[in-house]
Amino acid sequence: MDLLRYIVFRFFTMILTLIVVSALVFFIMNLPPGDYLSNQIAELRATGQESGVAKVEFLRREYSLDQPLWKQYMIWMGFWPGPHGFSGIIQGDFGWSFEFDQPVSEIVSGALWLTVMLNLATVLFVYIVAIPLGVLEAVKSKSWVDYTLSFIGYLGIATPNFLLALILFYYGHKYLALPIGGLMDPQYEGQPLSWAKIQSVLVHLIIPTFVIGTAGASVMMQRLRANMLDELNKPYVETAKAKGVGPIKLVFKYPFRVALNPFVADIGNLLPSLISGSVLVSVVLGLQTIGPALLTALKSQDQFLAGFILLFVAALTLIGTMVSDILLAMLDPRIRYGGRGK
Amino acid sequence: MTYRPEHYVDQTPYDPQEDIRKLERPDLDAPNWKLIWRKFKRHKLGLVSGIFLLISYLMLPIAGFIAPYTPNERNADHLYATPQMVRLFHDGQFIGPYVYPITAEADLENFRWNYIQDRENPARLEWFCEGRTYNLFGFIQSDTHLFCAPEGATVFLWGADRLGRDIFSRILYGAQLSLTVGLIGITVSFLLGISIGGIAGYFGGRVDWVVQRVIEILRSLPELPLWLALSAAVPSHWGPVAVFFIISIILGLLDWPGLARAVRSKFLALREEEFVRAAEMMGAKPKRVISKHLLPNFSSHLIASAMLSIPAMILGETALSFLGLGLRAPAVSWGVMLNDAQNLASIEIYPWTAIPMLPVVLVVLAFNFLGDGLRDSLDPYSDN
Repeated sequence: MDLLRYIVFRFFTMILTLIVVSALVFFIMNLPPGDYLSNQIAELRATGQESGVAKVEFLRREYSLDQPLWKQYMIWMGFWPGPHGFSGIIQGDFGWSFEFDQPVSEIVSGALWLTVMLNLATVLFVYIVAIPLGVLEAVKSKSWVDYTLSFIGYLGIATPNFLLALILFYYGHKYLALPIGGLMDPQYEGQPLSWAKIQSVLVHLIIPTFVIGTAGASVMMQRLRANMLDELNKPYVETAKAKGVGPIKLVFKYPFRVALNPFVADIGNLLPSLISGSVLVSVVLGLQTIGPALLTALKSQDQFLAGFILLFVAALTLIGTMVSDILLAMLDPRIRYGGRGK
Repeated sequence: MTYRPEHYVDQTPYDPQEDIRKLERPDLDAPNWKLIWRKFKRHKLGLVSGIFLLISYLMLPIAGFIAPYTPNERNADHLYATPQMVRLFHDGQFIGPYVYPITAEADLENFRWNYIQDRENPARLEWFCEGRTYNLFGFIQSDTHLFCAPEGATVFLWGADRLGRDIFSRILYGAQLSLTVGLIGITVSFLLGISIGGIAGYFGGRVDWVVQRVIEILRSLPELPLWLALSAAVPSHWGPVAVFFIISIILGLLDWPGLARAVRSKFLALREEEFVRAAEMMGAKPKRVISKHLLPNFSSHLIASAMLSIPAMILGETALSFLGLGLRAPAVSWGVMLNDAQNLASIEIYPWTAIPMLPVVLVVLAFNFLGDGLRDSLDPYSDN
């Protein structure tokens, strides 16, 4: 019962945070002076096309860009009736993209799934790589295995994501015949889901996942190594060794489980950086996730599109963090439910 | 791991008259900084990294002197020139550092320039020669360069980019911006982190609650999209210097929550100590207690964490400039340079345009190692 209460509590905190974040996002989007439409009006005036101005003025009213900022926010979120009644994010109307001249939902609909999938694949990759290697490092500490892995780990942290992407792309294509660019072969685009399409997507995911996950995996590997070393030096491990417990059982029975605990908690730190990475790498590699759309939108002050994408990315992170907190509470009975103590 | 001090045997004969209160190992009673230094010296990788960074930063004000060219000097005859090796022996004979002059030849089939070495006429490098003017330390005008190519030859140690600008020189100039971004960013982040974290930790209660929520919100946001959004808000008509400062400040603005959290938790523990109580009893104001009594207690910890957050900012600047939302030409930074190496074609045909990634990787690695070394040695009495 306690757990259920904690989940409900955690859910409401997340919703509250999300609302604050949405206000923050909206504020940032409106930091640059002017907006897409007023820029367009200025441009039309400058080129003497007065006839177009009326249409844009109409659009400005249509999307309530002539309202005060706080009202614009309320209308955008759907807390306040706009020109056509309540129609905002919470009602499922994500607004209009001026740059692409399409509803935001249409532009991002396909990209959202690919973004979520790419990030899930990366999280999986990070765990699959970091956990065994981190344990290996700790068990073989102060040997060449440890030093080599540490060095690779440091290199993974230090190399800028986007360059790693370019280089791996080039060599992956040259020597391993991995495909370049995109998240699937062109002939599958817009096709219904089929086994061949899934295969194509999977092959295309290899390099992006690797690139986005490297830094996260390196950090996690280092941390797991430190945790494991702490555990392995505790007297109970020595006792177990003295009693003749085999090497594998010695590591995995208790020390591994204890060392893994902070990991589930750490996903809250991992996710923001992974999602950051995925945006950047998508731009470089031309993946059809929301990354490139965000960049275009930001550059042209297409505020509804950029705002929605930022909000979505933040929501993805917050949901991930919430799930990790709940998982942690289930795994570790020592976590106190409800409010934090003193 | 349990630490055992090395077996120590005093060679001097036993003297029964000796003052037993005398310190047995005076070297263990040295001042704190000496102990730290002694321990840090043992962390070889950290030491080497520290020296490397020190040299890099010392080179910044004299970058113009070391670089043979100025950053925006174009050589229309040497677009995408290949890197030139500096050699010492010509035909088995030592003639001092020289390069082979290169000439461009149009490859009309693939539409690119091929560079042909002239192996007959080695061009010896000139030392302390005159070139374009630059500003030493930012204000002393000078035109003396450490080395340059003789008349009619070029010296592109790491090749040239698409406008025929020397990549080696541009990397040196780029360091001026790329390396200082982290310093300015960390200053902003420290000011915010220490004051906000300090206030939250010292006063606790409602202030603490609010600060905690703010930190949680900021930490849960992915950094890069936020950086992008904020830098997109920088007006495009601002000069390079203004953009540089605002970018550094943006990087710092989003970095403080982690630091504030560390400061806060430390303060929560420290404020219960007797010395804080004593200071308060004597009428010290909160500002004095925080700055004189609490902060010095973990300034060393702060330095180590600074070393670990600077690389994130350097990478951040690189990423932003790479995407075209950070610094813009004519400003030169490593990210701006890498912007040129953005597509696969340049990696394939002109791999040297991607050389600026080497300094990025090296500096980031060095900061990480230095931070690790400092963290291990800052508590000289611990055993690991």
